[in-house]
This record gives sequence, structure tokens and C-alpha cells, in this order.
Amino acid sequence: MLAMPKLVRPLGTLLALLAIITGIILSAPPSLASTTSPEPTSGATSAPAEPSRYKISGVLRNTDGPVAGVRITATGEGFSGEATTGENGTWSIGVPAQGTYQVEVDVSTLPEGVNLAKGTPNPREVTFTNTSNAAAVFPLGEGIVVQSASFGEIFVERLIAGLSFGLLLALASVGLSLIYGTTGLTNFAHGEMVTLGAVLMFGFSVAGFPIWLAMLLGVALGGAFGWIQDGWLWKPLRRRGTALIPMMIISIGLALAVRYTILFNFGGATQQLPGASSPILELGTISISRNTLISLVVSLVVIVMIALLLLKTRLGKATRAVADNPALAAASGIDVDRVIRIVWTVGGVLAALGGILWAYYRPGVTFNMGQQILLLVFAGVILGGLGTVFGALVGSVLVGLFVELSTLWLVADLKYVGALLIMIVVLLFRPQGILGRRERVG
Amino acid sequence: MDFLNIFANALGEIVSPTTAAYALASLGLAVHFGFTGLLNFGQAGFMAIGAYGFAIPTLLWDVPFVVGVLIAVVGSVIFALLLGIPTLRLRADYLAIVTIAAAEIIRYVVTTNELTEITGSANGLAAFEGGFYAMNPIPRGTYNFGLTSMNERDLWIRVVAWSLVALCCLLVFLLMRSPWGRILKGIREDENAVRSLGKNVYSYKMQSLIFGGLLGTFAGMIFTLPRGAVQPANYQTELTFFLWTCLLLGGMATVLGPVVGAMIFWVVLSLTQGLLYGAIEAGYITFLTTTQAGQLRYILVGVALMLLMIFRPQGVLGNKKELVFA
Repeated sequence: MLAMPKLVRPLGTLLALLAIITGIILSAPPSLASTTSPEPTSGATSAPAEPSRYKISGVLRNTDGPVAGVRITATGEGFSGEATTGENGTWSIGVPAQGTYQVEVDVSTLPEGVNLAKGTPNPREVTFTNTSNAAAVFPLGEGIVVQSASFGEIFVERLIAGLSFGLLLALASVGLSLIYGTTGLTNFAHGEMVTLGAVLMFGFSVAGFPIWLAMLLGVALGGAFGWIQDGWLWKPLRRRGTALIPMMIISIGLALAVRYTILFNFGGATQQLPGASSPILELGTISISRNTLISLVVSLVVIVMIALLLLKTRLGKATRAVADNPALAAASGIDVDRVIRIVWTVGGVLAALGGILWAYYRPGVTFNMGQQILLLVFAGVILGGLGTVFGALVGSVLVGLFVELSTLWLVADLKYVGALLIMIVVLLFRPQGILGRRERVG
Repeated sequence: MDFLNIFANALGEIVSPTTAAYALASLGLAVHFGFTGLLNFGQAGFMAIGAYGFAIPTLLWDVPFVVGVLIAVVGSVIFALLLGIPTLRLRADYLAIVTIAAAEIIRYVVTTNELTEITGSANGLAAFEGGFYAMNPIPRGTYNFGLTSMNERDLWIRVVAWSLVALCCLLVFLLMRSPWGRILKGIREDENAVRSLGKNVYSYKMQSLIFGGLLGTFAGMIFTLPRGAVQPANYQTELTFFLWTCLLLGGMATVLGPVVGAMIFWVVLSLTQGLLYGAIEAGYITFLTTTQAGQLRYILVGVALMLLMIFRPQGVLGNKKELVFA
């Protein structure tokens, strides 16, 4: 069943997407183009009979698929024509002559919740001279409200979205940091553990399980994946005395293998989880998507639970001891391998949950969604201090806030750049991170 | 199934310009990691700088070929300096994360819609290779080499690419035998020992980063010239990881290892693709689509990288004593 993609409006994804152009622009010089053209050159004289010798065309797409039923008009050179995007989002307007045309998207025909990306000229000019085909791009974004909300309101909305994004990053980075702290491994396959959670939940919900059960199963199997990884791969490697850099490269190999295995089974398309289109809640003058709020609360609760686990229980104490000094922990009677196994399992659970929340936040499930945030997770971990759990938490929240707030000043497709630059700058001045200790830097 | 054609294609990969580009970029990684011990995960960024640094001035200001190359080289040196200053004093895994982040920053910047006028955004740039092919001394025509034949453009890019690879291999070989190279190997083995001999370790590491990065930059140009187009999607982190696979396949602390590794990598990829596609078209394999067959090969790359690291970390040509890690 091909349902019209309903769009959630998570405040986070300011620019969710774009329009891709398929108009083939012949870059060959005009003389060459006319000689190689299979069309009879005499056709030009009888042009009035076929007005669509020259075309302006494009595809209107959103993050999760083509946008159909949108009216687009082109005027210029004494001509005006219109087209409606088809089921696959394509549109094409035949025009009588080459030249400059004003192409306009009828904003009122866009589906609810979809708007043109900020700063997109509409109408825009399209000029073509040497080609028979011209293309026009209209980037689409979600929740880009044309209305003039005050700066303060937008700021608060971004702030909440950033907090929600930061906390879901924290779920992944706490696991990464725990694994680093106890085993010393920088795990490049953590992104795939994130993807796996979302993909598994999608699989279970397609199989007919209710949302809560699908989510639970996805998270549980994510934990199982962590358990198996440690049991079948990392523990034997530790036994062999494999050094840390080879282990890091092995984790890269694992990441490639798992990513392409997911692609192999799941396909390259973006799929939506059930309930991905959530209502927008109006809190006073601020509007927030319900999913963003739920995600915020869920990750907050889980993180507080993990923090309590680490601080209050025997197991938490043992984990911190292993992270501090494995040899000493072993000497004091702590079963280091058991602790590490639990850390991998908990890391898998947290990553899978983070992946599910990330799928609601983007929104959509794809095979490389984990890879997309892996570097932000690293940035959070480094910002907070490698190997410190609470540092990872603080760092991730800062990265999430920074990513979302930077869109107030920065173009949206550069929002990750800011976070990565901050990471590099922090390394320059305080390499141990915010909560890290100096000797860890080496 | 046309076995002859499949094998001819696979053998053709040995001398293809893409293989040369992979060999050159992996040679840069060998300088970084194999000889100096620097964990560079951003070689794709250096390659992107080579491609864009050459293509942008050529298209924007119509500069001659040599000037375009020089601009790319300068860009690459600046990039290496920017990367090295914050990270070369830190532990290896910090450099790994910072280089991978820097390569992604470059990719985001050339992809942003704001710079479409300059970088062509996601569609990339095209039609900048004219200056290179204008220098082609080979007369027009078709040249036959046993199983395969090519035109004068294909031959010219192959001659230039592989001459460059040979030249760089010779250069790396001579450099690594020189006192300079011995210091790099010393840094790999024990940084503090070299420091105690009064050498400026930071400076030597920086020189190694710049030199290996330049090899990556040249590789970026070789990679993009035969395509006549440069697109940001080609310079993702996966490119870096494939380069690492080539390096580890051949042997990380060897001069010819990266070249052999790149050849094996591409021959195996081409061979598996030819055989799988052939088997699917002939109806021997019915449970796979051709798209899935393409993805299956990359699953194998990942598994191969893991197995290589676990069972033969020194690669095909390497010497176990020269491993960066014990």
C-alpha cells in the first residue's frame, strides 16, 4: 500500500529536504548538441505543432518520498503554462522557446506541514539557452513556517528540539563511552547498532506487532546484538591480546559489513515507523511536535535510570571500577569479563533505543541513519571527555543544542559542520573534554 | 556466461585509473600509518581537496592545468596543517576522529546549497578535464592490448596515473631509506625515544601528515579526471575505509603493498560483480537481484577487513616485525 507520506513536523529537522532535479542539462556546446541530436532539424520550423520541444522539469521530493499534487506554474517569453506533480513527484512544463521563465510553486497546494525551505526564492528564474531542458530546484522543508514568529519563540522551539536531539544522542554516546571506558575500544560500529534498533522496530511493526511491543523487541534485540558482539568477537579478541588500533579497524570492518547487510535486507528506501506523523502541540505561543516531547521524556527517564544504576548499585560500582583500572578491579575480585559483557549489552540497548528515537526525530528509517549521527556521537563523547559517562551525557546535550540552535544563524545543511568544528576547537584548548581528567589524553 | 569477458574486465581493473588513484591514496596512508603511526581516517577529505581544488579554479577562473594542480596542492597543505595543529600532540584515536570529522566537514561544505555557484552542491562539477586531455601527445585512434582495447584518452590517463604511482613509490622508497624516514619509523616505534635524541617529533609528524596528504590529493585528481566530474557523494567516509582495506591488504609498512592491495581490491570487486551478475542473468542464482549482488560485495569487503585484521594484520607483502601495533 502506498500511502501518501504524512509528514510529521518535528521542530528539529529544519531543513529536511530538498528537491532533486532530473532535468538533464546537456553541457555540450550548442553546435555539438544540434549535430548529435537525433531529432530532425527541420522540426524546428514546424515547432508550433509540438510546443514541448523545450521543457522545464524537476522532481519535488521530501525526506520520505515524492510530493504529489502540487501546482507549479511557469511564465515568461510571452507564455504561461502550469503542471501538477505526479504520483512520483515529477513535473514538466513544455515551453515554446528558450529563454528566461519565472517558475513558481503554488504554496497553497503543498501538503500540510510541508513548506519551501527558508530562503528559497519563489517564484524563481530559470534560464536556458543551449539546452532543450532546464531544471528548477525547490528545496522542501518541514515545519518551516513562513509566518513571522518572534525570535524568542523560535529560540525556545529550537532549544526544546535541541534538548530532545541531544538526549537521544546521549543514549548512543553513553553506551559508546561505557564501552570505551571499560575496554578502550573506539567502536566505529556503534552507528550500526543505532540503525539496527530502528530497522528491527520497523520490521516488527510491519509484521503486525503493536507499537510498544515492536519497540520493546527492537530494543531487546539491540541488546542481544551487543551481547553477541562481545561474546563472539570482542572477548575472543581480548583473549588473543589484540591491540586497540587493530580492534578499532575491526570495528570499521564490522560497521561496513553490518551496514551493507542492513541495506541488503532492508533496501535503500526511507521507511516510516508507525505514528511517525504526530500532532503539533501548542504550548502558549510555542508549537512542538508530540513525538519530540515524548522522545525527550523517554530519553531523560532512561538516562536518569542509567545514572542511578551506575551510582547506586553494586554493578554500577563495579563498572566504574573496571573503567578506572581493569587490572585493579580484577584483583579486587570483580569479574571484569562479566562487567564488560553487561556494558556491551546495555550499550546495545541504549543504542537501539536511541536509533528508534532518531528514526522518529528525522523522521524515517534508512540503512545509514546511524552512520549519519556517529560523528555527532563521537563529538559529544569527546566534548564531555572520552571514557566519562556523565561527560558523554553533558557533551551530547551540548552537541544537540548546538546543532539545533546554530540553524538560527547557519544554513540548515551546514548544521552538523558547526558541531564538528566545535569538537575540533575543544580538542585544541581542552583536549581532555569538559569532565575528563588530564591523564586520559596521553 | 561470458567468462572471457568477465576475466578481461577484472584484469583491466589492474591498470584502471581508479585503481591507480586508490593505490596512490593508500600509499599516502602507508606514509601516515605504516611508517609514522598516524591514524588518518580522513584521506577521503584530502582526495576531495585534490578534486575540488583542481576543478573549482579551472571552472571559475579558467586557470591553466598546472595552476589548478598547484592550487589543489596548496589547499591540501593548508588542510594538513589545520588538522595537525590540534591533534598531533594527542593520542592516536583523537587524530582518527578529528580527521574523519574534518573530511566530513569538507563534504558538507561542498554539498551545501549556499555554495551551489562554486561547488555545484550535490550535483558536483563537470567539464574541467579539457586542459589535461589537451596535453595528450598520443595520436587519436584505438589501441589494442590483447584482451582489451582503449582510445587515446583512456591510454593517456592510464600512462599519467601509473607513471605518477611509480614515481611516488620510488620517492617514498627513497625517503623511507633516508635519515628522515628512519626518524619517522622511530616515531612509530617509540616517540619518546626519538624525542630524547633531540628530534622535534611534532614537526616530523606534521611533515609526514602533509606528505601523505599530498599523495591523497594527487589521487583525488587522478580519481576525478577520467570521470570528468566530481561529486561529493564519492568522498564519503566509506572511501577512506576502502583505502584502509587496500592498505591493510597489501601491507601497511611497505611501499608496494598499497599498490598490490588496490589491485587485489579492484580485481576481486570486478570479478565478483561479473560472476554474480552473470550468474543472475543466466538464471543460476534466483534469490538475488543485481542490486543486492552489488551490496553483497561490500558486505564481503567489511568481513574481509575484519578477517585480515584478525588473521593477517601484516597483509600480503608485510613483515610482522614492522607492525605498528604488537
